Amino acid sequence: MSFIEFKNTSKSFGSLSVLNEVNLSINRGEVVVLIGPSGSGKSTLLRCINGLEEITGGDLIVDGMSVTGGSRQLCEIRQEAGMVFQQFNLFPQMTAIQNVDLGPRKVRGYSKARAKELARELLAKVGLSDKGDHFPSELSGGQQQRVAIARALAVKPKVMLFDEPTSALDPELKQEVLNVMLQLAKEGMTMVVVTHEMSFAKQVGTRLIFMENGKIAVDDEPRKVIDTPPNPRMKDFLNHVE
Amino acid sequence: MQVDWSVIFDFIPQLIAGSKVTIYITVLGLFGGIIVGFIAGLMRAYGGRILNSVAFVYIEIIRGTPIVVQVMFLYFALPVLANVRIDPMSAAILAIIVNAGAYIAEIVRGAFQSISRGLTEAGLAIGLPHWKVLLYIVGPIAFRRMIPPLGNQFIVSLKDTSLFIVIGVGELTRTGQEIMAANFRAVEIWTAIAVCYLIMTGAMTIGLRIIEKRMRIL
Repeated sequence: MSFIEFKNTSKSFGSLSVLNEVNLSINRGEVVVLIGPSGSGKSTLLRCINGLEEITGGDLIVDGMSVTGGSRQLCEIRQEAGMVFQQFNLFPQMTAIQNVDLGPRKVRGYSKARAKELARELLAKVGLSDKGDHFPSELSGGQQQRVAIARALAVKPKVMLFDEPTSALDPELKQEVLNVMLQLAKEGMTMVVVTHEMSFAKQVGTRLIFMENGKIAVDDEPRKVIDTPPNPRMKDFLNHVE
Repeated sequence: MQVDWSVIFDFIPQLIAGSKVTIYITVLGLFGGIIVGFIAGLMRAYGGRILNSVAFVYIEIIRGTPIVVQVMFLYFALPVLANVRIDPMSAAILAIIVNAGAYIAEIVRGAFQSISRGLTEAGLAIGLPHWKVLLYIVGPIAFRRMIPPLGNQFIVSLKDTSLFIVIGVGELTRTGQEIMAANFRAVEIWTAIAVCYLIMTGAMTIGLRIIEKRMRIL
């Protein structure tokens, strides 16, 4: 069975249908890139995986657990699915180290010392070993987003979900975040990424999904479909992105 | 009649005793009020339909009636209704608890709800249960935002204790009135009483300033 399995999954906000009976299987080791026009449901699809949005129809299984299985099960799913947000959402009252070691301590039950050590390792991994004692307000956007990636990794997730991780960043800061993501992908991390960075999709993406009106319109190899989009709407979309 | 400030000196022990009673009611009342306020505020912000409604009705009843009526009710009406005797001091403390609790509840609710949804989501996303997100992430930030409005409420509650003159609690204002009844030195005594209140509220303001400065208000 696949690691993440959408089974006729629907999501609507009131009368507005955002996901329309989506079927999708994602295996471990895949790097799935989700693209699509705004309002097509790509962020919602991502946020359903870790239960930040409650599905309203069908089922969604993550690592053998249904997202509809109650709040305790949802916590377990979230421990297996780390998330990185467009707006970073670092905890402003905590230093970079504290942001990263909160998860290990309070979720995984690590001792303070062990959690701190892990946090240092991860901050070094994202190239911020000298910023551990800085507060988020003292870091650039790119640095904040890298701390956010370290924070998500600290809980030792099996999959990483990225929700437009570079959209709020200046062009020159995007690359430092993308580099960390590329490295993660090369290490074999399972990733689901909502992004408009086609270079990322081409370099490490194993699948590219184009969404339209709450449905999956295209699901194929990135290199193949980026160069020759099989769908006029996607062709139009890519023209606007590039 | 001549104004003679020296008469105040004779009454300093009484003024101090009255101030002590005022402080006693305020401290105990606010201590309870903070607990009640946090519970009611969190019920408003995160409770389900029933808890939310209960807190809403409590807050609206208290905010919609004068504190004098509330303490009169506690002192005179409650014994009739519930057949419990309550002494004036307990009624006064209880009135502050109930009254400040309602206002603090709104402060707590407002502060928690002002924290961006993204931070809650980030906490949930690392696998924390909701109550831990509130405890470790949202709570501390909300608490910093609460300090200025809480300071306001503390001062209001301290001054509200003067209204308990109506049930005969020997707090500062009542003390002033008793001294007045004996010597008719209105200018000197009421000035001294006002200064006593200013010293107490001033001390509170300074204390809160220090706490505020120590925490980075976010």
